[in-house]
Amino acid sequence: MKTVYLTRKAEFSASHFYHNPKFTPEENRRIFGKCNNPHGHGHNYTLEVTVRGPVNEQSGFVMDLKQLKDIMNREVIDVLDHRHLNYEIPEFKEQIPTTENLAIAIWRRLQGKLDGGARLYRVRVYENDDLFAEVYGEE
Amino acid sequence: MKAYLTRRYKFSASHRLHSESMSEQENRKVYGKCNNPYGHGHNYVMEVTVSGTPAPETGMICNLADLDGFVNTEILDQYHDDNLNCMEQFRQKVPTTENLCVELHRVLQEKFSAAKIERVRIQETMMNSFEYAGENSV
Repeated sequence: MKTVYLTRKAEFSASHFYHNPKFTPEENRRIFGKCNNPHGHGHNYTLEVTVRGPVNEQSGFVMDLKQLKDIMNREVIDVLDHRHLNYEIPEFKEQIPTTENLAIAIWRRLQGKLDGGARLYRVRVYENDDLFAEVYGEE
Repeated sequence: MKAYLTRRYKFSASHRLHSESMSEQENRKVYGKCNNPYGHGHNYVMEVTVSGTPAPETGMICNLADLDGFVNTEILDQYHDDNLNCMEQFRQKVPTTENLCVELHRVLQEKFSAAKIERVRIQETMMNSFEYAGENSV
């Protein structure tokens, strides 16, 4: 059986800032720079979710794209879009909402949610055109 | 969980593909237009990928400011608006984008200690790109 990879893209906009209460104000400014601005700032994030699996002989699909889109919307986009990551998303009550941690949080939200033969392969999050983080679920 | 972070940088440089180990005719045959004796240039796009588990206190694989600072000083300041053929590292090597990838991967691997260097990808034009992830990569 041939394995094929399928990637679906989605966008969401959210605000955040980087601040660790265990650091002094000076340390926070030194380590996080502009991202430490307490009023926050925002990004138009682009999410790419890649699933992999055998091509179903009857449908010709690795996975129904509409189903993948619905899962991404329900588990990720509806939750994160037009939100403040620090104040409104439980994962970031204790963690800094860096692009790395955002990719990990999105992986965990999607993991186990796919039906059928397809498996989650990669989550890639673009903060902007020049920066992205990705995870493959390696612990 | 292990994460990968990729940062994109841009620089422009000129080069000429010409190998001393081949005749003029062979050079023209192998390198075509790229063998033009006066050289030509590209707007290169370089992607550097680092990997690791984000540190709990910062959420970062490494501080992006450190990576940017390193790449600016050690790579962009040296390569931007320069001629690759005139650089010491390409005196004995043809400055193809394959060799450029390997060279920039070496600089990062040897001198940037804040995170594991996973891969260097260089786009020479919109139509072609090259990647190097070290000798033991699949």
